[in-house]
Amino acid sequence: MLHLILFSVFGLICAAAAVNLLVQSHPINSALSLVVVMGSLAVEYLLLGAEFLAAVQVIVYAGAIMVLFVFVIMLLNAGREAQTKGSRVSLVIGIPGMLIGSVLMAWILILHSGTGSVEAGALPGPPREIAQLLFHQFLLPFEVTSILVLIAIMGAVVLAARPEALQRTEGKN
Amino acid sequence: MVPVSYYLVLSGFLFACGVTGFLIKRNIITIFMSIELMLNGVNLSFVAFAAQWHQLSGQVFVFFVMVVAAAEAAVGLAIIIAVYRTRETLNVDQVNLLKL
Amino acid sequence: MNPDLHLWIIPLLPLAGAAINGVLGKRFSRAVVSSVALLFCGAAFAMALWVVSQFSSLTLPHTEFLATWIRAGNFQVDFSFYLDQLSLIMLLIVTGVGFLIHIYSVGYMWDDAGFYRFFAYMNLFMFFMLTLVLAANYLLMFIGWEGVGLASYLLIGFWFTKDSAASAGMKAFIVNRIGDFGFLIALFLIIQHFGSLDFNTVFQSVAPIAPETAGAGLLTTIALLLLVGACGKSAQIPLYVWLPDAMEGPTPVSALIHAATMVTAGVYMISRSHVIFERAPSALTVVAIIGTLTAIFAASIGIVQTDIKKVLAYSTISQLGYMFLACGVAAFSAGIFHLMTHAFFKGLLFLAAGSVIHGLGGEQDMRRMGGLRTKIPWTFWTMTAATFAIAGIPPFAGFFSKDEILWRAYQASWIYWLIGLFTAFLTSFYMFRLWFMTFFGEYRGELESSHGHEHADDASRAGVPAPHEHGHGSIHESPKVMLVPLVILAVLSVVGGWVGVPGSLGGNNTFDKFLGPVFRATAPDVNSNHASPGEAAPPEKQTEGTEPKTGHGTELAFTGISVFAALFGLYLAWLLYLRRPQLPQQIARSLGGFYDTVLNKYYVDEFYATMFVKPLVDGSRAILWHGIDQGVIDAAVDSSADGARDASDTLRRMQSGNVRSYAGWVTIGAAAVIAYMIWVALR
Repeated sequence: MLHLILFSVFGLICAAAAVNLLVQSHPINSALSLVVVMGSLAVEYLLLGAEFLAAVQVIVYAGAIMVLFVFVIMLLNAGREAQTKGSRVSLVIGIPGMLIGSVLMAWILILHSGTGSVEAGALPGPPREIAQLLFHQFLLPFEVTSILVLIAIMGAVVLAARPEALQRTEGKN
Repeated sequence: MVPVSYYLVLSGFLFACGVTGFLIKRNIITIFMSIELMLNGVNLSFVAFAAQWHQLSGQVFVFFVMVVAAAEAAVGLAIIIAVYRTRETLNVDQVNLLKL
Repeated sequence: MNPDLHLWIIPLLPLAGAAINGVLGKRFSRAVVSSVALLFCGAAFAMALWVVSQFSSLTLPHTEFLATWIRAGNFQVDFSFYLDQLSLIMLLIVTGVGFLIHIYSVGYMWDDAGFYRFFAYMNLFMFFMLTLVLAANYLLMFIGWEGVGLASYLLIGFWFTKDSAASAGMKAFIVNRIGDFGFLIALFLIIQHFGSLDFNTVFQSVAPIAPETAGAGLLTTIALLLLVGACGKSAQIPLYVWLPDAMEGPTPVSALIHAATMVTAGVYMISRSHVIFERAPSALTVVAIIGTLTAIFAASIGIVQTDIKKVLAYSTISQLGYMFLACGVAAFSAGIFHLMTHAFFKGLLFLAAGSVIHGLGGEQDMRRMGGLRTKIPWTFWTMTAATFAIAGIPPFAGFFSKDEILWRAYQASWIYWLIGLFTAFLTSFYMFRLWFMTFFGEYRGELESSHGHEHADDASRAGVPAPHEHGHGSIHESPKVMLVPLVILAVLSVVGGWVGVPGSLGGNNTFDKFLGPVFRATAPDVNSNHASPGEAAPPEKQTEGTEPKTGHGTELAFTGISVFAALFGLYLAWLLYLRRPQLPQQIARSLGGFYDTVLNKYYVDEFYATMFVKPLVDGSRAILWHGIDQGVIDAAVDSSADGARDASDTLRRMQSGNVRSYAGWVTIGAAAVIAYMIWVALR
């Protein structure tokens, strides 16, 4: 019962924040809404017994990625969105597409998701077990992902560097 | 005892919001944030299914998704900065030089 | 014991000559080109003579197999060659006369720019004609048949830059094709009913069938269709219209193809298929009627023609009519006899006419000739021999052959004989008319008779095609290379008939004895009380060899009548064209409209043009060209190209450069994938 109430409360918060992200015209407001979404999702994970994941969500997503977003908004001095007319295609084709996808998914889920239900804290928990999986079964994806992150760092540095900074490094070689 | 489908509906709703934002927003950064929203929605459904089947692999997968999302966010924002430098705008409608 | 004579080499020799001259001839000098052509043609003739020497040791008919060509189930066609007396005679005529004409052409075509091309085509023609006469099945014969049509087209249109020559070539080929269509249908019927096209097989299958006296049946149909093909090739009514136009080609071509050999292919084919024809009496009657009508029709046109070659062309059509008449009354060996003598004297007539034309620098109109007998004596004497031969005056060659045909025609029906006799009179008349107008009287042209100064524009004044003028400017005799064949053919025109002297005149008719077995071997069922018109033994035996006394008197009487007709024609020609030259004009004026009709060849060409040619051309233009070719085929291709272009034009719009539209497309794509996956999962 409690599980259901908690789920509903935080679920509503999550959904409202998501809608708010769409509605706001200033990107910083959207970013902050997204932070709220992340936080409420962390609570949902907790409810399901995934403590480690909840912690990682808050630390990595809300704490690092969203901070990065906010920094960039600040750096680029993003203002209110201008009301430019974009493409008709995105509205005419995209929205119906999204609706179709969502409706289909919802229909499927509601009809066919079976009678399963989860109790609170359903997931076995200790981080030790996650670590076991991570470093034994999923060792390869782990290593590959770390290389991916390394590449992403290098890429981000190169892409965001100022042009004269790049020339200086090339000139030095 | 919350039915799994509730979690999945919430996850789908988040995803749909993400897609809508992706379509109707004009600021590049906001579009990017919508993408993150989509990823979060998917994460939630992963965890929900993992809880239903009592498996930890779902969590590990979510972990990887997060890592990849972080990498992608970093690179993507770097690109946005580069685009801003050249085009002096964050309005995606004005980044249209590749048209025929 | 059947020795292998390697008959296949005979047609291939001129083919080799054609290939060499055709491919390399442009680089050769004229001496080399002519040597190559004459060498291969002469080699074919030499080999034919060798075959003659081996002939008595063969069992007949002698078939030689070279290779299998078609094998489809039970149906098989081979490259095989056939030799019997009939093909031997044809072989000798084709190679012998062909060789003489090749020699003549060296001189005649010497100044022509297309010298090597001419000899390539001539050798090619020899190849096809030899294939035709030596073939052992209808299909190989058909190859030769088509091939000589092709060679004829190439050679008629030899001076292709001239419109009239090009059109004449096309006309010949197209009219021939109409005949070939009939031939093909006949072949299909033969395949369907007898399962083979091989002569031996077909004739053995046909032989036991009784003659179809009770109206049309299978054999009559086949025979009539074969006749259609023969009419096309041998220029009989109604498909004769191409032959007068074919005079646009060089004169040696007219001599070889349209007098001695190609046009006789129809007669040969009918004689070869005599087994079929003898069992279809109605078809034979049709053959005879067509032959007779053509003979008199063409002769009537010939008497008013002014172009020397046109007279000879109509004369050829008329003489071919005689050969068809002979076949039509089942006197096949008489027809072939006339074919042989005709090759000699008609070939000679054309070559001599060519010599006259050459001597006059290109003049072909007889009204501008005259008095040439002292100026070109050799040509004159040889042409005289040919003229007497064709008129049927004894003891020249044409007399014996024509007389035999008339006698056999009389035995079938007196109508044939009467028309044939009248035609003989007309033949004599127009030939002597030609003779008198060309060689006697006053010279009515404009060239000088001795070596004068050059007249560069002789040809334009004479109003004849430029191709043959060579600016000598004076009347001169032809070079020896042209005269020697004339002399040889003249000798043959005199003595050529002596192999067929009938018993009534005290001869032995060696020709008929030689050729007869071919036709008598499969004569239809020889009961003594039959009424078949086939070449049955009894009448034959009576007219030759050891003769009974009956029939001789009648025969001699008829012979006398035909000689009289010939001499009367000579007299009339002398009267109208030498003694009282103003008379023809008066007669023409008094006959008025009728004369005009004959002068315009009875308007047959115009009739064909309005009835067949124009509707066909217009229909083709409107329906086939504009309608189907442009409207359907071109439109299909064009519209598919347009469609592709329009489609890509539309698709191009997706590349708008607008990021948000890309986002839209991505979303709908994702939705589609989701839908598909759900559908798969639900199935």
